Amino acid sequence: MLDNLSLNIARGERVALIGESGAGKSTVLKALREQCPDQVAWCPQQPGLVPILSTFHNIYMGALDSHSLAYNLINLIKPLPGALNIVQPIAKQLGLEQQLFSSTDKLSGGQQQRTSIGRALIQQRPIFIGDEPVANVDEYQGEVLLQLICQGHETVVLALHDIAQALSTCTRIIGLQDGAIVLDAPSEELQASDLAGLYGAS
Amino acid sequence: MSLSSPTPKSANSSAPKSAASSNNSSASALRNISFWFAVSALICLLLVDIDISTADPWAELGLMTAGALSPSVWSWPTLLSSLANTFAFALQGVTIAAIAGFALALGYRFTLVRAFCAFVRSIHELFWALLFMQVAGLSSLTGLLAIAIPYAGTLAKIYGELFEEVDPAPANNLPGSQKRHLSEFFYSRLPLAWRSMATYTSYRFECAIRSSAILGFVGLPTLGFHLETALSDGHYSEAAAFFYALLLLIGTLRLWLHKRLLPIYLVAVFYYLPPQATISWQLLVRFVTEDIVPGPLRGQVLLSSETFNNLSQWFNALWQQQIWPGLVNTVLLGQISLVFTGLLALALLPLNSPLFMGHGRFMDHGRFISHSWKRGIGDSILVLLRTLPEYLLAFIGLLILGPSMLPAILALGIHNGAIIGHLLGRYTEEFNLRADASRGITLYFYEVLPRIYRQFLAFLFYRWEVILRETAILGILGIATLGFYIDSAFETFRFDVALLLILVSAALNISVDQFARYLRQRLQLKTVPESL
Repeated sequence: MLDNLSLNIARGERVALIGESGAGKSTVLKALREQCPDQVAWCPQQPGLVPILSTFHNIYMGALDSHSLAYNLINLIKPLPGALNIVQPIAKQLGLEQQLFSSTDKLSGGQQQRTSIGRALIQQRPIFIGDEPVANVDEYQGEVLLQLICQGHETVVLALHDIAQALSTCTRIIGLQDGAIVLDAPSEELQASDLAGLYGAS
Repeated sequence: MSLSSPTPKSANSSAPKSAASSNNSSASALRNISFWFAVSALICLLLVDIDISTADPWAELGLMTAGALSPSVWSWPTLLSSLANTFAFALQGVTIAAIAGFALALGYRFTLVRAFCAFVRSIHELFWALLFMQVAGLSSLTGLLAIAIPYAGTLAKIYGELFEEVDPAPANNLPGSQKRHLSEFFYSRLPLAWRSMATYTSYRFECAIRSSAILGFVGLPTLGFHLETALSDGHYSEAAAFFYALLLLIGTLRLWLHKRLLPIYLVAVFYYLPPQATISWQLLVRFVTEDIVPGPLRGQVLLSSETFNNLSQWFNALWQQQIWPGLVNTVLLGQISLVFTGLLALALLPLNSPLFMGHGRFMDHGRFISHSWKRGIGDSILVLLRTLPEYLLAFIGLLILGPSMLPAILALGIHNGAIIGHLLGRYTEEFNLRADASRGITLYFYEVLPRIYRQFLAFLFYRWEVILRETAILGILGIATLGFYIDSAFETFRFDVALLLILVSAALNISVDQFARYLRQRLQLKTVPESL
């Protein structure tokens, strides 16, 4: 799908990938994640939450690797105070404190997406890679969540379909079309009209 | 590299909205029911005898292992004829059952038909065999009917449910005048259900071979007959030969039992073993009008108070000495076995799961490469354990461990746990895990167990009735469940008692089936009854 595509992202950049669906955004993100999976907090388009587990557990799952197996298993049966101390502030930031102990199949699409972001935030990694992380929430909430993501991570790479969001959140915009980069520029040099063409609306 | 568009098929993660709107069975309800089942099994465990009573179980196990490693055939004609008989009874039985079951399924919306099917399948093949033996002797007709009757009840239920579940749109699109007409059914519902019916029927055929083999334990000339003799006499090498013959028969079915060859096999088995029996009509009439009539009622004026007193005394004595203890033991053993089955299924499922037996590489969107040699071996173990009939396992267990409930628990758990574990493992193929999902034990407990749990309970409750039926039947081996008292009644020619106890066991199975159905509906558990 991607043909001879080369891309360098520097530390501290906030990059937005934009383009029609099928342009190759998800594939680029996947390839980027595989470069250094241990430094990346991953937020896929499908939240991939475990349905009958609570929001608490689904957020905590981001931190499984930094705890012992025994700790994880006990925490699965009864939430441990230590884990609660980490998860609660994140849930609060995401507006999920009311839903902390309800199972995630009872959450709305937006709440599920926020839970998925929570799972990325708890990992405290330098790089955040998200595929449409705020597609299911309204514009205002989306803005708040994107700010939260940017605060928590040094480097951010996002696939976004909302041009205004991309311009206001990110420092660099990369436009993809048919698996090739057709635009790569700092966002301050760009206007919304420059990007409209990427959506085949010519 | 290929671009991976998100597949909306992954119902686990992407169908939250519909689930949220219709879901009133929360995780806590599932947890509660599991908790109470586990507690009840622990209490039952305190009440039953699970001691190992043989002096040296390891020595017996050693002898058996030695026998298993050196199978010897003492008579090829015997082996081959019992193999052919086993196959013939199974194929004849399932064929008749499929025809009768299909006819019954057409009327499955009538309560009376459903009740009839529930009744005939609640009585185990071995009990049917014991009944028919009294009038038709150890004949080919007895073997055929013993399988055909309960299997017809089961197949009718499955066919009936399949007809109800198929997409109603094609039927609704037919011109109005043809509605409710039988041709409507043959043109719309039947073609849609056909594939599932065929799959299920072929699975049932595998079960029928097991049943057929087990019929040998009560005297019919199938593999079980020689297995029992050889095992009881400690001739483990000979037993091993019959044992492997059974495994081979079931294991190679797929290779030679093709759809197109089926008519040939059918003609062959009916030619080889025509269902016949010399029935003495006098005996039959006596059996129906006298032998199975409760003792105090025979030849008495029905409405006299003396007869009534005698009858109630007869029943009270039976209740205290046989029915109640038999019921209690059946329920206790059934409950322990059910929970043990569940635990074993959860422990065994990784053997058939690409998440644990795969290459460990994720494909796009977390879908695993589906087949690997590791999983092939793992699943073979499960299929092998599934192939062993629980009755035979329990019999072997009794030889090693001595008479207690322990061999029965192990036998029921291993057979049923392998069946459910196999299905659950396959179910994990559908999971769309995130690329950053954890691995190993953490993956099992945080991702797999919660996702399969609903399905797991559905399978387990579906299997409950079967486990209870088997629990009753294991009594024939000497464990004091209902089957023990039924077998003793047959041995002492007290057919009235035997029939009453069989009816009690049927009532127990029907109530458990109803209760399991209620639980499945309350917890909103769905089952695809393809091979349960």
